[in-house]
Amino acid sequence: MFNPQPLATNLNEPVLAVRSLRLLLNGQELLRGLELNCYESGVTLVMGANGAGKSLFLRSLHGLLPAEGEIEFAGRSLQQTRSEQAMVFQKPTLLRRTVEQNMLFAAPEGATAAQIEALLSEVHLYEKAKQPARRLSGGEQQRLALARALLTQPKILLLDEPTASLDPGSVLIIERLIQQAADAGVKVIFVSHDIGQAKRLASDVVFLHQGKITEHTSAQNFFHQPVSREAQAYLAGELLI
Amino acid sequence: MLIDSFFEAMTLIGSADPDLYEIMLLSIEVSLTALTVSVLLALPLGTLLAISQFPGKRIVITCLNSLMAMPPVVIGLLVYLMLSRSGPLGVLGLLYTPTAMVIAQILLITPIIASLAHQTMEDLHLEYSELFQSLRVTKIRAVPVYLWDARYSLVTAVLAGFGRAVSEVGAVIIVGGNIDHLTRVMTTAIALETAKGELAMALALGMILVAMALLVNAAVMFVRTFAQRNAYV
Ligand SMILES: Nc1ncnc2c1ncn2[C@@H]1O[C@H](COP(=O)(O)OP(=O)(O)OP(=O)(O)O)[C@@H](O)[C@H]1O
Ligand SMILES: [Mg+2]
Repeated sequence: MFNPQPLATNLNEPVLAVRSLRLLLNGQELLRGLELNCYESGVTLVMGANGAGKSLFLRSLHGLLPAEGEIEFAGRSLQQTRSEQAMVFQKPTLLRRTVEQNMLFAAPEGATAAQIEALLSEVHLYEKAKQPARRLSGGEQQRLALARALLTQPKILLLDEPTASLDPGSVLIIERLIQQAADAGVKVIFVSHDIGQAKRLASDVVFLHQGKITEHTSAQNFFHQPVSREAQAYLAGELLI
Repeated sequence: MLIDSFFEAMTLIGSADPDLYEIMLLSIEVSLTALTVSVLLALPLGTLLAISQFPGKRIVITCLNSLMAMPPVVIGLLVYLMLSRSGPLGVLGLLYTPTAMVIAQILLITPIIASLAHQTMEDLHLEYSELFQSLRVTKIRAVPVYLWDARYSLVTAVLAGFGRAVSEVGAVIIVGGNIDHLTRVMTTAIALETAKGELAMALALGMILVAMALLVNAAVMFVRTFAQRNAYV
């Protein structure tokens, strides 16, 4: 029922390319010249301490912020790929309606009731379909937000800590869905602080520190031999200042 | 004497006194008409102010706020000046008609409803706008969503507008003239009957007015608790 569609890629172009990405908000430079060439499909994990700029980076990739610089997905501009993107925000925004109506609102043309039902079942919310969405628990709201994002059949999926307040069972449900999408060729960019989860899902890791990318490497390398001092400290559980 | 008046008032209400009910019905009719027009003006205006940027937006907001702060008698006076024989709209011959009272009430409550709607919509917009951008929902498609999701707050605003309209006296007495069987509404009748010493009639009307105010308040409370209980606010 849930059929993720792959992002069309070609071998010569990075799946995600970011060049001189700068973001100024209220006179503060919050993203400071990010450069990134990510050739891996699958899950790219964005890590970094609180306030490092992960959410701003993700929202910039989604075209929600007035960032300068270039962003390309598989050789196509942000604008061109915008309709293929979906994002789950760190704090889910749900309409003041039922769970089901929240899904319907995001449903693309041609989406069927069966698809909505299937996705709600996947995130274990089918029984709550008729309930007001904003009365769901925090974790349920996040699951609904993910189901809603998946309903739009994205080829690029931007996830800002989608499992932050979930119980271990729900985390597994969500990880399975994300893995399934990534396996089908959806490019997933994922912010998480959960190192175990990162090890399970990530193919590569982007490490942000104070608005800069200090490290981009394969997940394997990142967890075994992080190069940048900041990443080492982060992994060692030090508070970064 | 007070007790006598009170019982007489009850009798008037109980016996469905035709004068009393004529006045009551005219009041409701005038205020409901004004409310309908106001809602049609105020909800789109409030929404527009909340979700879009346009030149002169600050001026519109300032106008709304000053209209809201304007004493009703002054609004009555302004409408009077517009509608009086020598005024710019004098040819329409609307002064001392129910229509004149409707106009005055529209001017009175549109700013109130619009500004309440504006606040509600602005909060909602702040919350929803990124989601809408993310889902590529156009402004046109967003408007009904905002209206629907703010429905409980908006109903409260509309009820507040009705309460204000029906209980207003200063403006309608100026432009309506309190003419028997034509423009006499509850508030103006109370003022007149009290002045004449006809306390029973004044009391009867007063009780009906209070009952209506209580009813509106009860409705507001009901809407609010219902919405809160269902997490719709
Ligand atoms: N509009 C803004 N104006 C000024 N500063 C802002 C604005 N928005 C965010 N910031 C700042 O930018 C920094 C990065 O914010 P961001 O939300 O990207 O952090 P994050 O890496 O996602 O952190 P967390 O792990 O807590 O989610 C923060 O210090 C924040 O205070
Ligand atoms: Mg964040």
